[in-house]
This record gives sequence, structure tokens and C-alpha cells, in this order.
Amino acid sequence: MTGSLLDVHDLSVSFDTYEGRHDVLDGVDLTVNEGETVALVGETGCGKSVTARSIMGTLPRPPGDITSGEIRYDGEDLLADEAAHERVKGDEMSMIFQDPMTYLSPVYPVGSMMADVATYSGGKDASWWEILKNLLGHRADREAIRERSVELLDRMRIPDPEGTLDRYPVELSGGMRQRVIIAMALINEPDFLIADEPTTALDVTVQNQILDLLRERVEERDLSMLYITHNLGVAREIADRICIMYAGEIVEVGRTEDIFDAPLHPYTRGLLESIPKLTGFEGTGIDGQIPDYTDPPSGCRFHPRCPAAMEGTCDVEPVEEYAVGDDRTVACHLYEDGMDFDDAAAIAADEATYRDEDVQPAEAGVGGER
Amino acid sequence: MSADSPESPDAGSSSTGSRTAIHRAEDRTGDPLVSVRDLKKHYPVSDGLLSRSKSYVKAVDGVSFDIFPGETFAVVGESGCGKTTLGKTVARLYGATDGTLTFDGRDVTELEGKQLRQLRRDVQVVYQDPSSSLNPRRRIGNIIREPLDVHDVGTKAQRRDRVAELLRMVDLPVEFRHRYPNALSGGQKQRVAIARAIAVEPKFVVLDEPTSALDVSVQAKVISLLADLQDELGLTYLLISHDLSLVKNVADRIGVMYLGNFMEVADSRALFQNPLNPYTEQLLSAIPVIESHEQSLKPTAVEVQGETPDPQNPPSGCPFNPRCHRRFDACDAVEPELVEVEPGHLTRCLHTPGEKREEVIQALPDGVSFEDRDGTLTD
Repeated sequence: MTGSLLDVHDLSVSFDTYEGRHDVLDGVDLTVNEGETVALVGETGCGKSVTARSIMGTLPRPPGDITSGEIRYDGEDLLADEAAHERVKGDEMSMIFQDPMTYLSPVYPVGSMMADVATYSGGKDASWWEILKNLLGHRADREAIRERSVELLDRMRIPDPEGTLDRYPVELSGGMRQRVIIAMALINEPDFLIADEPTTALDVTVQNQILDLLRERVEERDLSMLYITHNLGVAREIADRICIMYAGEIVEVGRTEDIFDAPLHPYTRGLLESIPKLTGFEGTGIDGQIPDYTDPPSGCRFHPRCPAAMEGTCDVEPVEEYAVGDDRTVACHLYEDGMDFDDAAAIAADEATYRDEDVQPAEAGVGGER
Repeated sequence: MSADSPESPDAGSSSTGSRTAIHRAEDRTGDPLVSVRDLKKHYPVSDGLLSRSKSYVKAVDGVSFDIFPGETFAVVGESGCGKTTLGKTVARLYGATDGTLTFDGRDVTELEGKQLRQLRRDVQVVYQDPSSSLNPRRRIGNIIREPLDVHDVGTKAQRRDRVAELLRMVDLPVEFRHRYPNALSGGQKQRVAIARAIAVEPKFVVLDEPTSALDVSVQAKVISLLADLQDELGLTYLLISHDLSLVKNVADRIGVMYLGNFMEVADSRALFQNPLNPYTEQLLSAIPVIESHEQSLKPTAVEVQGETPDPQNPPSGCPFNPRCHRRFDACDAVEPELVEVEPGHLTRCLHTPGEKREEVIQALPDGVSFEDRDGTLTD
């Protein structure tokens, strides 16, 4: 791992709607180092996909509006230079989506779509004459592309890769479609992959297969990846580092094993406790729900749901990211910048707990997510 | 049932949030509340306009099980295995193609009209996605009151009071009765769906993936609400889910379903400690876990192969054989049956062939005996 490949700094995104202005992303900082897989984890509506789309340059603008921040890829600021963004997103980045059926066209065979991606991506100009020739199947490098597609599909362990190229997406199963999507994302040999919940629509057994394949390909090509998911179990399987996101803010960043061993932010702790585990399940959950982005809470956006919220601090002062120990940041007023990790872990165990003394464990389930 | 309907508004806080499934399994005596025998639900598939031959998707194909009063029976399986069809058939929303369904000692397979409506008071369903199961044009109060109107329960004033009581039971503010579903969050909507389901004081509730549309922090709360309601009202649940970690924590017994049939049925604890069926092993080893000591509770990693086959064209022999890591030569020739290996622990696998032993031995190639069948494992 040398230096950072992708560096998102202070990214803020708003959306204008009839209900008013939604301040969705609020100063997101995110770094993906070369050869590293970073998982961005958060619940529905926390801004994970908006972050991904901003990086990919596919954010619909309007209604979206990037109000501040920079997205640096290999040192180049993509937001400042639109031409660079076009080039980078075509040649060096690829994206894998959640629902393959939405991103594969039902009327073209797999091979034709893969060839199109190989030919047209990266904003390359093509004359109408070339497009017509391609449509009629007289693509210049037809054989080369076909060979490459077969090899990629084979690498994704798709049985009969040759035959698959001539099949339509409806003829493939969910897992096979997702493999095609991944193969398609790799056809231009990107350096950076963004995977937006690629296994969410799949069964657990198939999810495991896809995760293994994805990990293999990433290691083989030394790719860097931003993996977006709501499932902490999946993040644990695939990521080197994890960023926990809540309501448009990154609340905690750390190495995967550290996050699971000693979660610091009250939100991370609540999330981990809420997941039913094979070892047992208290069913505590977190009170409340994700805030309304037209009027996000002042101070820390999590304070209305936080069991450790301090009046006069958390609801007033905006939080900053504090570095705790090494390679760990947490955005919470419980901690101080430059704090020793062991001290922070002690505070977390004391304060950021969802079973306080005055509530019996038996009652912890009551209260509702009002 | 109606006699001990809870009146206390804070009833939700009186019972235990975390519960062990095992204590219930022990008092499983007496008659089952729901008894399913050889239940089948086949969907015809047309092969084109001019074709005379009809093929069938056997969504549920000969399932038998009992659910005892107060128990949570969970059905787990991958998408397309028929678990939702099973739930809807057991709730009598679908008519069964074959087999019998007994509720409270009464055969209800063929009930119609008025009698079926009577049954609906005892059997209710909570669906996966509350956004589509609640009518967006009706207020919450009307949604919850509807089953009371349909079944003509009490006077108008009593119904209104009952709606308020139900909202309190699911921990929602009473003012919510005037709101529309779109003003509520996902978890709140699911609470409304639950309130509607328990409005007519059913004995049996089919929960079809009640939390999979919800975020984990909200899911935990809905699950503990369901557990509390079960304790208070003595409900019996059929829980349909694909989340094994969840099922382990809330179900008393579990049926693992694959291509329309159970592969294994066992007490929750037995299933996780000692999975007998290879399919269960694969499912368990594929669970993504978040704690390192959870890892030790999973069976050793087995590489999962392939995907669920086309239900219209299922494999011969054991339905799971093309994906199985314990496959041997007889597996695509002989269809295994569900055999009780230990009390209450059933599995469908030729490794435990039961009465089919002779047939299995005959299907083996020459020179291979049943005893060394593991030696003929194919990869």
C-alpha cells in the first residue's frame, strides 16, 4: 500500500426538492489507499450511494448539488476538472451495482453489452459510421473483445462462457447476472472499483460465492475498491478498513478487526448490538430514526438517538473527526483528539452503552422508533 | 382467548425482551394447533398458446409438519424455495393442490364462505414490505379497524377504543390513527401491520419475512415487539425468513426448505449444533458473521456450489444433489425421504436413508457398498 488513490475531502451534497433543501452529505472525508478495500457501511438513506455517485460523476445535477469539497483521484481534483473526471471514470474506475437486472439491458445479449462497454466507455468519440458498423456486428476488434470477454467470464467461473455471451440476461440466474456485471466492470482493466451493494439481492450461499470471486479478482489485479453495504457481516468478510456512515456523515473509521473488536462511536455500537448473532441476541436496537435532511439536528447528527448524548455539548457543538490511537478516527464528543486507544475503549464501554441502569434489559425492546 | 386480552396500556414493558427458545420446546405436549400433512401447491405453467401439455412448478411439494400452541416454527430457505407459498397456503390464502391442513383439530383444507371467514379471525398474516401491505390512501386508524369491521367485532365506540389499545400495544402514539402510512417510517409501518394482524385476537400469525425490509437497528425492536406480543397473547407463529442468525434467536423449531420441501426439521438448538443435512451445513457456513467467536459456531467452511435450479425442471433424485458436497452415486437416482434420526430431528438425505436403504444400495454401481459410500464422493 502506497499513498492514497482516492481522497474525498469535506464533500457536501444537497438536493433541492419541493420540500426544501436536503443537506444530505455533510463534510464527508474518505480515503482509499492503493490496493486497499474500504467498506462504506450505513443504513438506508444515510448517503452511501450519493457518495458513490458523486465519485463516479453520475450524481444527477440538478437536483443534486455538490456544495463543497474535493474528490482527488491519484492527486487530480475531479470536481475541478470535468474532462479529467470523464476520462478517469471511463478508463480507471468501474462500478458494480446492486440489482443486475436494472443495469443489464433485457434486449441485448451479454456479449454485445460487454463489447459496447469495451468500445465506448471513457467518453471516447465514435462516428456514426463506426457505431453503425458496430451495430451490424462488424466491430473492428471484434475477435479480440470476444476473446477477452470469454476469458473474463471464465475467470468469474461462469460455466460455458462462450455460450453465455450469446444469451440474454433473462436466461441467466441472479448469481450469474451478478458475475456478468462484475466481468463487465473489469473489461477495461480499471484500477478502482466501486461496488454498490453487489450481493444484497442474492441468497447467502450465492453471496458467499460472489464475495470470494470479487476478492480473488481484486487481489489478482491489485485493485482498490470502495465497497458499499448495509451488512456489517459482509463488510467484515471483504474489507481492510471500514467507514461507518450515519445521516450523511462518516462517524467512525478504522481497520476492520479494530471496528469489530472495539467499536467506539455509539452508533457503531448500537448497530453491532442490533444484529442477531449466532451467539445470542438482546434485541436492543436504536431508538428513533434517521433525521429529516431538510432540518438535520444541530451539533452531532446522531445526538437525538444517542444514549450517551450530553446536553449542552452534543446538541450544540458540531463534531469533528478525532484521531484515536493509530489508524482510527471517530466523530463523537465523548472522545478527544489524540486520545490513547485504551482510554477511548474504556469510555466506550462505560458511556456508549444501550443498556443503562434505569432500564431493565427486559424493557430495552420497548420504546419504538419514534 | 378473548377473556385474557391484555388491558394494561403498558403491557409491552411487562414481559421479557430476550427469551430462550428452549423452554417452549419442552412443554410441547398435547395437540398441535396447526397440523400440515403432505401439503402440495402446484402452479400450472403454460408452455405457449397452442401447447396442450401443461407443466407445473411444484412450489410446495408434500410438506408435513405440526406447530404446537405458543410455539414459533420457522421456515428458512433461499429465494424461490417455496417458503412464502407455504406460508400463504397454511394461512388459507391459497387453496392447496393436495394434502390436508388441520387447524385446532378441525380440517380446514376445504373450508369456504362463512366458515372460512371464521377461520380468518384465528389466522392472520404480516407481510414483508409494509409499504405495499398498507393501503396508502387510508388512515392508520382505519387500517387497523378494518379487520374489526369485517368481522363485526363490538360496537363502533368499542372498535375505536380497541384501535387505541392496539396502537399502544405496538408502542405507537395513539395520535398516529389520524396519519397516513407515508408519514411513518418503515419500522412504524410494520408496527401498524402487526397491530392490524392482532386486532381480531388471532391464535396463529404467519410472519412472512417481517423484518427483512427494515434496517437492523429497527429490526431488533420489531423482533422484540413480536416476542413480547407472543408472550402476552399466547400467539403461535409461523416465521418465514432467510436470515439464519435471526431465526436461531427467535424460533423454537426450524424447517429448512429447498425446492418445495423440507430438507431438515429440528429444534433450533439441535439444528445449529448438529446440522445433519448437507444443505443446512452449506447455509450455516455461508452466514456472514460479525464476531470472531460466532465463527466457531458455524460448521467448517464448505464451498457452496451453484444456485437453486429451475423449479420447473428440478433435478432427479435428491433435489439438492447437483450442489451437494457429500454427493455420492445414488443421489441422482433415489429420492430421499424425510427420516426422523433423533427425536424431533428429521433430515432428508441418502446418508441417512431409513427405509430406502435397500433402494440406495441397489442404485449404487457394482463393487461399491453402502458402507463405503463416502469413498465415492464426487467433486
